[in-house]
Amino acid sequence: MKGLSINNISMRFDLKNGSSVQALKDVSLNIDEGQIITVLGPSGCGKTTLLNIIAGFLAPTEGKVVLNDQIVQGPGAERGMVFQQGALFEWMNVRSNVAFGPRMKGMSKAEQEEKVKHLLEIVGLADFEDKAVYELSGGMQQRVALARCLANDPDVILMDEPLGALDALTREKMQGLVLKLWKETGKTIILITHSVEEAVLLGERLLVLAPRPGRIHKEYELPFAEMGVNMDLREVKKADGYTETRDEILSIIWEMEEEIMGRAEDN
Amino acid sequence: MAILIFYIIIFVAAFYIVKIAASFTKSQDDFTSLKTVTFGDESAVSPNRAASIISVIAIFAIWAAFTGSKLIPIHVPGPFIGELTFNYTAMNSSGQTDDADVTITVYDVQSGVIPDKLDIEPGDGFALNDTDQIITYRSGLVKVQKNDVGGKDKSYKVVAVNGQEISPEQEVFIDNARIYMTKKGTLSVTPEKGWQMQPVWLPAPETVWSRLVKVGSEGYKNFTLWEHLGWSLIRVVVGFLAGAIIGIPLGYAMGLSGWFRGWFDPIVEFMRPVPPLALIPLVIIWFGIGEQGKIILLFLASLWIMTISARAGVSGVKISKIHAAYSLGASKWQIMRLVIVPNSLPEIFTGARVSMGVCWGTVVAAELVAAQKGAGMMIINASKFQMTDLVIMGIVLIGIIGYAIDILMRISENYLVPWKGK
Repeated sequence: MKGLSINNISMRFDLKNGSSVQALKDVSLNIDEGQIITVLGPSGCGKTTLLNIIAGFLAPTEGKVVLNDQIVQGPGAERGMVFQQGALFEWMNVRSNVAFGPRMKGMSKAEQEEKVKHLLEIVGLADFEDKAVYELSGGMQQRVALARCLANDPDVILMDEPLGALDALTREKMQGLVLKLWKETGKTIILITHSVEEAVLLGERLLVLAPRPGRIHKEYELPFAEMGVNMDLREVKKADGYTETRDEILSIIWEMEEEIMGRAEDN
Repeated sequence: MAILIFYIIIFVAAFYIVKIAASFTKSQDDFTSLKTVTFGDESAVSPNRAASIISVIAIFAIWAAFTGSKLIPIHVPGPFIGELTFNYTAMNSSGQTDDADVTITVYDVQSGVIPDKLDIEPGDGFALNDTDQIITYRSGLVKVQKNDVGGKDKSYKVVAVNGQEISPEQEVFIDNARIYMTKKGTLSVTPEKGWQMQPVWLPAPETVWSRLVKVGSEGYKNFTLWEHLGWSLIRVVVGFLAGAIIGIPLGYAMGLSGWFRGWFDPIVEFMRPVPPLALIPLVIIWFGIGEQGKIILLFLASLWIMTISARAGVSGVKISKIHAAYSLGASKWQIMRLVIVPNSLPEIFTGARVSMGVCWGTVVAAELVAAQKGAGMMIINASKFQMTDLVIMGIVLIGIIGYAIDILMRISENYLVPWKGK
C-alpha cells in the first residue's frame, strides 16, 4: 500500500523523578500519497514528538509508522525534513547544502550540479549557488532548506514550523512557495505550525491535536490548499468559509490553552 | 608616585587638547556623531585612535623623561652632578671653634670619566679644608675631622654645618645635598638624587634599543637573539601541536561517547584548573631541564584546553543539524566528518587561541626556571647581572611575539571559519 500510515502511536517519557509524561496517546492516521496535511495544537501537545517519530528520530513506546509497506525504524532519506531556521550547514555554500543528499547517495558531481541548478531555480534562488549560507536572509535560507530536502527526492516531506521565524511578508511568500512545490512535485507533506491561518491555508487536511495526553482532537478537510495553487493567497483568504473555519479552530485552540493555564494555576 | 601624577596630567591634558582640535575639524557624516544619546550606548563607543597614539607616545615620553634620555629635550630633574661646597664649624678639646670649607665632586660613574682629586688650600686655623668625591645616587662619609689639628681627640667635634647647628643623628639640608651626622659624629653627605630613575632600575629607551642592536648582532650567552626567540617559539609550536593532536580527538570522543566522557571527565576536570607552572617542578624531576621536559609541559598546558574546546564544539552542534543530516541519508561517519567536525571548528579555534597564549606564557616561565636558550632564559640571566636594559628588551620582544601570535591566529580564524559568530 502506497502512503503513510500511523498506527496507534503512543509515546511516554519517563522522567527522572519517577513520574512520566504521556506525550502521545493512541494516535492513528492514514495519509495518502500526495496529500498535504497541517498539524495544529497548543504548545506541549506532542506535535513535534509526532513528527520526530515519523522521521525516525524517536521510537514510539507503542504502535508503528508504516511508509509504503515498510515499518519506520530510524531516520531515512525517503522521509525528508525541513526544520525551523538554523539547520543549514554554515560551513558549506548554498550549492553544497543542496547537494548534500545526492552526495550521500553517491551521485556524480555533474548530476549533483544539474540537480542543484534545477532546484534553486524552482525555489527562486537561481545564481545563488556560490553564496555562503550566512549571507542569505532568513527567507532565502528556508528556500535553501526546501531545496536541500527536495534534492533527495523523498516520499514524504516533514516540516517542523519551517516558516516560524520569518516575518509576516516573507512568510506569506513562502506559504505560496510551499503550495507550489507541493503541486509540482506531488510529494506527501506534513507541516507543523503554530499559526492557525497557515494551517488553514496550506492543509488539505488539518489536524488539531489536544494536549495531555497528546491526541487527535479534530480533523478538517479543507479546499483552500487546492485553491491556493492557482490563486494569490490573499484572495484565498477572502474565499467562502475561510474566515469561519479559521475562527472556529482559533477558538478551539484558545479553549485548550485556557484549560492548560487553568490547570497550571490549580497546581 | 610622581610618574603616576604625570601620567594622569598627560591623560587629562591630551583629552582636552584632542577635543578642542577635533572641534575645529568636526565632520557630522557618520552615524555615531549624529546620535544625541551616547552615554551608556556601548555601540557608540569606538576606540579613539588619537588617544591610542598619544597613549603610546606618553609612555615613551615618560620613560624618556624619567631616565634622562637623549630622545627628548625635557626631563625631570636628574641627580646633582658637579661641585658641592659647604663649610663646617668644629670645636676642639679646649672649647675653641674654627671654620673650614669642604668641596665634594659628585660625578656620574656611567660616563666613564673619573674626575681628578681637587687641589685645595688647607686654610688657616685648626680646622682644615677638605675635599672628596661621591658617585651620583650614592652617599659618602666625609671625615672632615681627620686632617684637622687635634681632630683625633675624643672631644673634637663638628658642631655646625653652614652655620646651622648639628649634633649626632641630626640632619642639615644645604643646596643640592642632605648632610646627616652619624652616631659617631661623622658627616654623611647625600647629594640630591633628583626624580630620574637610576639606569639599574630603568634604563633609557635608547639604551634598550642599542642593547637590542648589540644582542641582535652579537647574540647572548652562546646563542644569537633569533635562536633564543626561535627556540621559545619552536617549543610553543611543538607543544601546542602535540596537545592539539591528542586533545582534539579526545575531546571529540568525550563529546560522542558516554564511556569516554565518564572515563576522562575526572582527569580533565582535575587537571584543567592546575596551572601549568605548578607542574614545572614535577616535569623537571621526571624529564630534566632539556627540551623534552619543556615540550611535555607545553603539551600538558595545551592538552586540556584543546580537549575541552573540542568537547564543547561537539556539544554545541544543534540537534536539528544532526537530524537534517540523518534524514538526508548521511551515515555516522559522514555526520562526523561533514557536520560535527566543521561545526566544532569555531570552538576549536577559540581554544587554540587561548592555548597558544597560555603556552607562550608557560614557555617563558619554564625558561626562567631552567634553560640553555630561550627568551625567558635570556631575561632571567640578564637580571642576575643587573642588565636591566636587556631584561626590558626581552620583555618587549616577548610581548610583541605574543601579540603577533594572537593576531596570526585571528587572521587564520577569519580565513578558515568565516561563519563564526554568524
